[in-house]
Amino acid sequence: MLEIFTRLADVLTYELFGLDPASKLGDSVHFFIEDVTKIYALIIVMIYIIAVLRAGLDTGNVRKFLQNRSRGVSYLIAAAFGAITPFCSCSSIPLFLGFTSARIPLGITMSFLITSPMINEVAIALLGGLLGLRFTVLYVITGMLAGILGGFFLDSIGAERYLTDLGNQAKALGSTEAAYPDGTVKTRLSLRERSDFAKDEVKTIFLRVWKWVLIGVGLGAGLHGFVPEQLISDNLGSGQWWSVPLAVVVGIPLYSNATGMIPIAESLLLKGLPIGTTLAFMMSTVAASFPEFILLKQVMKPRLLVIFFFMLLFFFTLAGWIFNLAF
Amino acid sequence: MTIKILGSGCPKCQRLYANALDAVKQAQSSATVEKVTDMSEILRYRILSTPALVIDEKVVSTGQLLSAESIVALL
Repeated sequence: MLEIFTRLADVLTYELFGLDPASKLGDSVHFFIEDVTKIYALIIVMIYIIAVLRAGLDTGNVRKFLQNRSRGVSYLIAAAFGAITPFCSCSSIPLFLGFTSARIPLGITMSFLITSPMINEVAIALLGGLLGLRFTVLYVITGMLAGILGGFFLDSIGAERYLTDLGNQAKALGSTEAAYPDGTVKTRLSLRERSDFAKDEVKTIFLRVWKWVLIGVGLGAGLHGFVPEQLISDNLGSGQWWSVPLAVVVGIPLYSNATGMIPIAESLLLKGLPIGTTLAFMMSTVAASFPEFILLKQVMKPRLLVIFFFMLLFFFTLAGWIFNLAF
Repeated sequence: MTIKILGSGCPKCQRLYANALDAVKQAQSSATVEKVTDMSEILRYRILSTPALVIDEKVVSTGQLLSAESIVALL
């Protein structure tokens, strides 16, 4: 089904622009056109599908839904909601406080917050278009597990002890209702209303990310051309055990969203970086960052931040090792 | 009338603040516009996403960047 984009790039590059298929320039232009058109098409389809599913759901509903659930399934549900709702790091603190004030356990809130930046419709479209279905499935499963297990772990060590005064203040508030008049938000929507919402989302999200895709693919193509293959494959190519934790330690403080990171990951893979190391690097970059830690410092005591850091380090390293061994 | 912009100072909050100032000017209203960045203060409004727009202590929007025109309509 995706061959159509190869053919489109053939027509544009070789026939319209008259570039030689054997030349380096022809090759790069072809690569660029094929990737960009393919990803744009996939993004539009993915945003539409996810938005139809998500219509009528906002964080207020999610909170209500999570409030009176048994703990076991809550981690899974919170991670799933995190995956389908869009994420903005500037909203993570209000969301954290809002969930906490609804007496949702810390771990369940964290399941949501860990998964949310990692998995979204744009990331899935990019992964599918650039790295194929197998890698996409691995990524989604690992991202969900990071949220579920991370949340479970934080609750099992009683991490709620390490909330700051602000966090405790939210807990004491015990509010069950959002002040925002979200009584106006209907949960039962007709198919037509869902479709209208989805079209609107396609427009908004596409306008926001199209340039990042261009930059990401361009940067990936640049890395493709300029970083010598030998450098990566000689030094890291055989998946040395220490390369995975190193990639994660470097990745956690780095700040990038999934949209920018995925084309870079593609190039690293093509340069011979093993799949587990690539995945571990990519996920740790997207899931957490230095600015995110600064934000979380408002609600978490330093001790909890350290625990959180090592928890992510441990999880992504383990995932990287497993994938390096398995593939 | 008092308009408050709740938010931790992210780019979206800054732009909402600018739009609110613009709206007040357009409507030739005497309303004052202020930024609220203190989290424990924001917490009192029980919102789940920022930026939020509060008019006379009533939350009218959360998580959205309203245009100056749509703020005028809310005044």
